[in-house]
Amino acid sequence: MAAKKNWPLWEIFVRSKNGLEHRHFGSLHAADAEMALENARDVYTRRNEGVSIWVVESKNITASNPDNNGELFEPAQDKIYRHPTFYDLPDEVKHM
Amino acid sequence: MKDTLYQYILGIADNCLILGQRLGELCGHGPSLETDIACTNISLDLLGQTRSYYQYAAKAKGGNATEDNIAFLRKEREYVNVLLVEQPNTDFAYTIARQFLFDVYHLLFLNELQSSTDMTLAAIAKKAIKEVSYHERFSSDWIKRLGDGTKESHDKMQKAINDLWTYTDELFHQTLADEAMIIAGIGVETSKLREAYDQQVTDILTEATIAIPDTKWFQKGGKKGIHTEHMGYLLNDLQYMQRTYPNMEW
Repeated sequence: MAAKKNWPLWEIFVRSKNGLEHRHFGSLHAADAEMALENARDVYTRRNEGVSIWVVESKNITASNPDNNGELFEPAQDKIYRHPTFYDLPDEVKHM
Repeated sequence: MKDTLYQYILGIADNCLILGQRLGELCGHGPSLETDIACTNISLDLLGQTRSYYQYAAKAKGGNATEDNIAFLRKEREYVNVLLVEQPNTDFAYTIARQFLFDVYHLLFLNELQSSTDMTLAAIAKKAIKEVSYHERFSSDWIKRLGDGTKESHDKMQKAINDLWTYTDELFHQTLADEAMIIAGIGVETSKLREAYDQQVTDILTEATIAIPDTKWFQKGGKKGIHTEHMGYLLNDLQYMQRTYPNMEW
């Protein structure tokens, strides 16, 4: 079982329907990309959830540091005018 | 004719039921979460196929036969699965080796069954072949990983293949029901699958650096209802609920 501990972690992205984007479904362990795909198929698409799978080794993802949340995200909080909600939408525009 | 058809369907379906039961034993006990789910998924695929076959078998038999009493209420001698599929899980190498040796056969078999003149069997085969293609991919992949992995995984895989090899010959034996169904255009001539089977198994094992065993003597009997000692324990588990609480429903 020592080897299993060394299996790296993979992040799994599944597209549930053609035309939709891939969404993060979770993570799992696998020895390599091919095994990660097969494991993802068994763990995350067994109830007919998907039409496409992406796997990315977790170490390749660069994440923002929660300690920096202040400078990264707070400045946007009081700038609600950046949401396009301050004008009336004509009725003719149905899908916005 | 109907009774022969019934026997013929059992010859296919019992393999799926018993292997499905074996894999089901791993639920919650697989070597890792991912392989645990993979094995139980394969188990459920096989049980799904079993149901389709048994429903059809019940129709062929008529009377009070149902898929449930065919599955749960026969005696050991009435099950006609090959000895290979009833062998215990032992360890992951055995589980994978057993799966692989059966999957290669199963895929070749279903490929032929698709062109059976019996529309129901052809339809079941057509549906099952997609599932079994994945089983074969999964087990071949693991044969290569373990065979061509560490020294320990290689040795364990070689031992599993050596031990299970003696059960492979029986896959190609034709029963009386087989012969009758072949003549009727319904059955698959399993003896003709031998060459392709040997070729595919040899290719994968060679890639996995596993030596082909030079077994000279092969086990047989399952297709005639004569099973290994493991079968009784397996059926005890499988039939327990129906035997203890007759006619119970879930």
